[in-house]
Amino acid sequence: MRHHLVLRVIAKMLIPFILLFGLYVQFHGDFGPGGGFQAGVIFAAAFILYALVFGDDQARKVVPDKALIVLVPLGLILYAVTGFYGLFLGGNFLDYNVLLNSPKAGQHIGIFIVELGVGITVAAVMISIFRAYAGRTRAIDDEDW
Amino acid sequence: MPDIITIVDIVLLALLSITAVAILMMRHLFAVVALTGAFSLLSAGLLVTLDAVDVAFTEAAVGAGISTVLMLGTLALTRRRESRPPRLSPIGLLIIIITGAALIYATPDMPKFGDPNAPSHQHIIPSYIKGSQDEIGIPNIVTSILASYRSFDTLGEVAVIFTAGMGVIILLGRRREDEHGYSEDVAAYPLVDEGKLEIDDEAET
Repeated sequence: MRHHLVLRVIAKMLIPFILLFGLYVQFHGDFGPGGGFQAGVIFAAAFILYALVFGDDQARKVVPDKALIVLVPLGLILYAVTGFYGLFLGGNFLDYNVLLNSPKAGQHIGIFIVELGVGITVAAVMISIFRAYAGRTRAIDDEDW
Repeated sequence: MPDIITIVDIVLLALLSITAVAILMMRHLFAVVALTGAFSLLSAGLLVTLDAVDVAFTEAAVGAGISTVLMLGTLALTRRRESRPPRLSPIGLLIIIITGAALIYATPDMPKFGDPNAPSHQHIIPSYIKGSQDEIGIPNIVTSILASYRSFDTLGEVAVIFTAGMGVIILLGRRREDEHGYSEDVAAYPLVDEGKLEIDDEAET
């Protein structure tokens, strides 16, 4: 895709905003529409756009496969550990009321961590699935399509 | 004069139907994938008019964005043209018409859209709406249901996504580092002939 100047320039301009919007959807999900799943997908879309325009090899330098394989389970573990932590503090599994002094503060921090876990796993899985497909073919000439 | 939402709904549904018929007619799979993306984007617009912005988000990002890219990736691995045009089967057509007619016949029995007295809005939703404010203190009720009241379900969903991702990584991923890479199923596709030859050379040395 070296000669697609317009695509490269527009993608370069868009990617920071997509990432920022992903972060907004992630951390503003308590107040506005959105949440971990949507944020993870939007975040992954930015990386996939980067890989599409600048090449899979270049994208693997930004997020190495080794980092992805850690991030995929990390979100799920973060979620489950939050549940068990509530259990240790004397509540039920995934009971956020006991996490902090007041139930509402506990709910806030619990939902925050859990949504973060969802976001991490979803983003990492989406990028991994894309790479699994992209890594199996060599680059295709424009004429082949 | 119908209100503006009704007009938008009619336009979006008409475009959805046109896209669906076009997808059925097309034989070139590249165009089909592009139209599937457009279909998802139109559905996202429809979900926005239903005030389901969270779902619209997901539909736009996953349906129109990522799954379109994954479909294109699949096309690159396989063929880009449908091998044989499907024949119109009269039995299938009959079944579809009967099922569709039954669904339309049942529609008037459904509660009106947004009816607060609908059974699904009476069971547990009022306590969620009240509790989201009093117990959790979060304005977005969808988030408080997903992440707190139904936290167990969401944990299961994340586990499903994790499992799906791991399955794809194990089955398809890690091709480049794999010493014996490009298994036979990949070599069967003409696009990766060169890759297969390289591997053969390595195997002989």
